[in-house]
Amino acid sequence: MGQVVLKGINKFYESVHAVKDVNLQIRDKEFVVFVGPSGCGKTTTLRMIAGLEAISSGDISIDGNVINALAPMDRDIAMVFQNYALYPHMSVYDNMAFGLKMRKFERREIEKRVREAADILGIGELLKRKPRQLSGGQRQRVALGRAIVRHPRVFLFDEPLSNLDAKLRVQMRVELKKLHLRLGTTAIYVTHDQVEAMTLGDRVVVMKDGVVQQVGEPLELYNQPANKFVAGFIGSPAMNFATVTVTEADGSLIAENSGLRIKLPDEIAQRLRGHVGREVILGVRPEDLTVASSADLDHPCFDAVIEVVEQLGSEILLDMKVGESNMVASVEPTARVRVADKLRVAMRRSRLHVFDAQTEAAI
Amino acid sequence: MIEGAIWRKWVFFYVPMALFLLFLLFPFYWMVITSVGELYRPWNSINYNPFWTWKPTWDHVRYLFEETLFASWLWNTTFIALASTAISLVCGVFAGYALSRLNFPFAGSLGTGIFITYLVPQTLLFIPLAEIIRNYRLGDTPWSLILTYPTFLIPFCTWLMMGYFKAVPRELEECARIDGASRWQAMLYIVIPVAIPGILSAGIFAFTLSWNEFIYALVFLSSPAQKTVSVGVTSELIRGDVFFWGPLMAGALLGSIPVAIAYSFFVEHYVAGLTGSVKG
Repeated sequence: MGQVVLKGINKFYESVHAVKDVNLQIRDKEFVVFVGPSGCGKTTTLRMIAGLEAISSGDISIDGNVINALAPMDRDIAMVFQNYALYPHMSVYDNMAFGLKMRKFERREIEKRVREAADILGIGELLKRKPRQLSGGQRQRVALGRAIVRHPRVFLFDEPLSNLDAKLRVQMRVELKKLHLRLGTTAIYVTHDQVEAMTLGDRVVVMKDGVVQQVGEPLELYNQPANKFVAGFIGSPAMNFATVTVTEADGSLIAENSGLRIKLPDEIAQRLRGHVGREVILGVRPEDLTVASSADLDHPCFDAVIEVVEQLGSEILLDMKVGESNMVASVEPTARVRVADKLRVAMRRSRLHVFDAQTEAAI
Repeated sequence: MIEGAIWRKWVFFYVPMALFLLFLLFPFYWMVITSVGELYRPWNSINYNPFWTWKPTWDHVRYLFEETLFASWLWNTTFIALASTAISLVCGVFAGYALSRLNFPFAGSLGTGIFITYLVPQTLLFIPLAEIIRNYRLGDTPWSLILTYPTFLIPFCTWLMMGYFKAVPRELEECARIDGASRWQAMLYIVIPVAIPGILSAGIFAFTLSWNEFIYALVFLSSPAQKTVSVGVTSELIRGDVFFWGPLMAGALLGSIPVAIAYSFFVEHYVAGLTGSVKG
C-alpha cells in the first residue's frame, strides 16, 4: 500500500510563505507529478513528504498514519535526487545495498534484491564500478536501483531527468513509465518540464507561488485549464492569449481588440453574458489555429501577418502579428507560407478558452 | 600557448620557473653542502669554494647524534606533532561538520569567531598560556605543547573542514538518511569518507605547523632532553656566539625531511583536498 494524503500543508521560511495550504489525496499505485516554474514550492512539498523539511502546519499521512514527526528513515519511502546523490566512495553494488545494510537485512537477501533491481534496470554488468566511472544515464539507473531495492511504499523523484541530455531524457522517461507499470509503487514526481508531467503522470498537480493551481489528469489540464497560468504552462508552444473587450451586437457577442474582431460562438457567448462591456482574456492553442479556407466559414477568423516561419518538419510554427500583439500558429507542414504573407487565420470554435481579466480564472 | 612561438614558452614559462625554483631550493642546497662539508674551512685556503665541497663527510651528522640529544628531539617532535594533529583533526572535523551542516543559532558568527582566534598572534598568546602551563605544572613536558598547539590547530582545521564539508553535496547525506541511516551514521559512513581528501590536507597542514612551531616550544620546554628539533638545534648548537654550522645545518636538513615526506606522500590527496573536488 502507498496512499499519501496531504492535509492543509503549509511551509514558512521565516517570512516567506513557500507552500500554501496544499491538500491532496494520492491513491495507492498512482503516479502523481508536481509541475511548476522554479520556486513554486513543488520541491519543498516533496521534501516535506520525505521528511527532509519540517512541516510548518498541516498533516501528511501515509496509509492513514500521520508521519509529520517521523524521521526520513522511518517513513518507508525512497527518493531519487536530481544530482543522483550516489555515494562516490562506494561501488554500484554498495550504493544499492546501503539502504538494506542500514536496515540490517541478511546478506543473502541484500544480494538477491540488488541482483533483481540490477536486472530490471540493465546494470548487472556495472555492479563493481564506482559512480565516477559511469555515464549520466547509468548513474541515473543506479540511483533508481537504490530506490527500488528497498521496496518502499512510496517513490519520490526530484527532477531526476533534468541532468540528462535531451535524447537520453526521452528514453529514461519511457523507462520510468514502464518501471512504474511493472512495480506499481506509488510515485510522486517533481519536474519543471510540462512534457514530463503530461507523459508520466496519472494525475498532474500544477503549482505556482506555493499554491496548487489545478489537479487533474493530463488531458483534463490540457483541455480544461482552470486558469490562465495552467493554460499557458501546459502545452508547447504555449497557448496564445489576447485581451479583448466583449460587446453585444445583433444579439450575439463580439470579442474585440485593436487587431481582432470575432463573433463568439454560442457556447462561449452563453458563459460571457455577464461580461458584456468588460475585458476578458481569450486563449487559443497554436494547434487550434489554421490557415482559413472556405470550409472554415463558421469558425471565428482574423487577419494576421507572418513575421517568422519555423519549420519543424512535422509542423510549421508561424509567428504572426495580429494587430499589436503576437500569436503563434502551428499549421500543417504542407502549408505554403512565407514571411510577410498576409493570412486569414481560423480558430477552432470548440477549442476557445476564456479567462477573467482580473482573477485569470477560466470562465 | 600560441603555436610556433617557442621563445614565448621560454621567456614566460621556463625562465621564470627556473628562477623561482632556484630561489626556493637554494637554502636546501646550502644546508646539504654545509652539513657534509669539512668541519673547518678557512675562507683564504686554496681553491676555497663555499658552494661545493671535495671532501664530503658524515662527521656533522655523527656529531649531531653522538654529541647532542638530536635523536630524542626528533622523537619528541614526532610525538608532539602527531598527538596534537590527532586531537586537532578530531575536533576540527566534528566542529567543521557542525558549523557547516547543523543549522543552530549563531552558527555563522561562531564560525567567524573561531577563525578570529586563529588570527591572534602566538607571540602574544604565549604569555597567558605560559601562566596556565605553570599552574597545571605541565612545564617541560611534551603535554605543554600537545595541549597548546591545538589552540591554533583546531581553528585552522575547523575552518578548512567547514569549507570542505560545504562542498559535499547535501543530497548525499539526505539520501543516506532516507536510506535508513541516522544523522550520526550518515556522517560516519558517507560524509567523512567522502571528505577524506580534506581531512588529509588538514592533517598535513596541522602536522607541518606543529612540527615547525618554535615559540611555544622555546618557552614551555627547558631541559635539553625535552626539546623539539627546531628549538634543540638552535639552542644547543649555538653556544655563546659560536655557531656550529655543520651540525646546525645537518639538524635542519634532517628536521625538514619528515615534513617533505609527509607532503609528497599525500600530495595527490592534498591537491584534491585543496581544490575541493567531489565527483559524484
